[in-house]
Amino acid sequence: MSSATAVVVAAPSAWKRATRSGGLAVGLALALTMVVIAIAAPWIAPFDPNDQDVLLKLEPPSAAHLFGTDAFGRDVLSRVIYGARISLFVGALATLAGVVIGTVIGVVSGYLGGVIDRLITAATDVLLSFPQLIMGLMLVAVLGANLFNLILAIAITAVPAFIRVARASTLAMKERDFVDACRALGFGDPRIMFLHVLPNIMDEVVVMASLWFAAAIRTESTLAFIGLGVPPPTATWGGIIRDGFDNLLDASWLSIFPSLAILTIMIALNLIGDGLRDASDPRAPQ
Amino acid sequence: MSVAADLATGAASQPDPAGPSLIVEQLTTSIRIERQWFDAVRDVSFEVHPRETLALVGESGCGKSLTALSVMGLLPEGVGRISSGRITVDGTDMTAASAAEAQAMRGDRIGMIFQEPMTSLNPVLPVGFQIAESLVEHRGMSRRQARQRALALMELVRIPAAAQRLDAYAHQFSGGMRQRVMIAIALACSPKVLIADEPTTALDVTIQAQVLALLADLQRREGLAVLLITHNLGVVAAVADRVIVMYGGDVVESAPVSEFFARPTHPYSEALLAAMPRVDRSADALAPIPGQVPTLPDLPPGCRFQSRCPLRIDRCAELPPLIPLAAAPAHGVRCWVRAP
Repeated sequence: MSSATAVVVAAPSAWKRATRSGGLAVGLALALTMVVIAIAAPWIAPFDPNDQDVLLKLEPPSAAHLFGTDAFGRDVLSRVIYGARISLFVGALATLAGVVIGTVIGVVSGYLGGVIDRLITAATDVLLSFPQLIMGLMLVAVLGANLFNLILAIAITAVPAFIRVARASTLAMKERDFVDACRALGFGDPRIMFLHVLPNIMDEVVVMASLWFAAAIRTESTLAFIGLGVPPPTATWGGIIRDGFDNLLDASWLSIFPSLAILTIMIALNLIGDGLRDASDPRAPQ
Repeated sequence: MSVAADLATGAASQPDPAGPSLIVEQLTTSIRIERQWFDAVRDVSFEVHPRETLALVGESGCGKSLTALSVMGLLPEGVGRISSGRITVDGTDMTAASAAEAQAMRGDRIGMIFQEPMTSLNPVLPVGFQIAESLVEHRGMSRRQARQRALALMELVRIPAAAQRLDAYAHQFSGGMRQRVMIAIALACSPKVLIADEPTTALDVTIQAQVLALLADLQRREGLAVLLITHNLGVVAAVADRVIVMYGGDVVESAPVSEFFARPTHPYSEALLAAMPRVDRSADALAPIPGQVPTLPDLPPGCRFQSRCPLRIDRCAELPPLIPLAAAPAHGVRCWVRAP
């Protein structure tokens, strides 16, 4: 039986596809650098981010203060470094919560169908009709501005988007033969949903998650900018931009440096998202 | 017992003291089209004994797959239902079983293999995991125990280098090897009944022969009752003990396999055999069956084949019973002309 001889075919390398364009590598490098900076903030920040020096108000960038100082004489570089902690922490946790809750609901809704699915879909449509920022703003305004509520509010804005993606992917997946095969093996719905369908839709969810991570950071910064973020004096990127806004014309560095930080993480996360999408879709043009 | 039921029991290839593993009695399965229910399977009865292979043969839409789904208890809710009849698997009445009981039977005492080994395996889970899974689900085995058994099963279905391939994925296997994995999954819990729905249609002819030989061998060893669903009469001739030909949801002919090929009696069976290419005849001799299977709502009352039948008489407006031939009592035919 020569045709029965095993030939183990090499797996087509998703990693190769992902890294071919270089975008994913650059994005990962940038994002990882940001994460390291955030974690190592106490050791690498040259000053305490909340230390005020009234004699050094609104100093332009110099050797001592690379990013200059703000209206209270605080070191902007140190504040931007510490601000990374809040932005990344809030963004990561909110995205994680939104992904987990949204994906679970989406898979259940798509797989079970029927009345449950119709109710969930209708609720999702209602939630999606609010722009993400307006929704986050309303929630924070109602709940009160603190770290936990901020994460909760941003997570809630992400949930409907993930319900929709997970539900759509599940609808496509549940028509596949292997799902019928699972039923023929007497597996229960929970096992089929979470052990068989879920891993098959994770590629789409992960791509979405990297883009929503960026959106979550943007929302957090925007809320901080309009004064609904983590309360001062805690350094957040949006908060630093707002502090600098009053002196935008004579001390533009106050707002420019935290804006550049936000820009960098946005680019990094979008590169990661694009790279992952290319990796998960072998037909994508190289 | 009805004549049909006598026919169904008539010809087990080997007498078995334990009795049949699968009994289907006067099964009628309906499906809903828009707001109306139509009988897509009518009054079907058969038995499959351990080590016996029963082939259900017919065109697409003849009700053979629906019969299989009825046995599995997997009719889509709200669209298909068993309107009457009884299905007994290994002594358990599936028609009386609750959803949970039917679920516990599937994968444990009835296994099923599918037409498409390419798509019937989960692409993101290792095959060893998938073989082990029903042992964990139905037998409460630990992952470690189940993995050991999965390895033994892969060796049983003769997958070479099984130990190295436990953690391989479906895309790393060829079509024939994937179908072997599917067989290993279906047999994991040592079921009594195996439903094989077009198990070799998607495979090359040489691989087809290997897989059929493997199935026959496993069937002997494990004492499986196999319900083979196919439209391939070549496969039927090779592996089946008994044949049931279905048309439009009715059993039109039921016979031991040698008897069937020696003396196909129903006009539809004749037409099916004439439509099959043979090496000893020229391709021009192929005789297609005129017309096509009417859709369910358009099926004529009485004999459902009458609209395409060359032997049609007035009496065909009335449904003929499945009558055993005088010459061969195990050979039943549903036709006023051929089995009056």
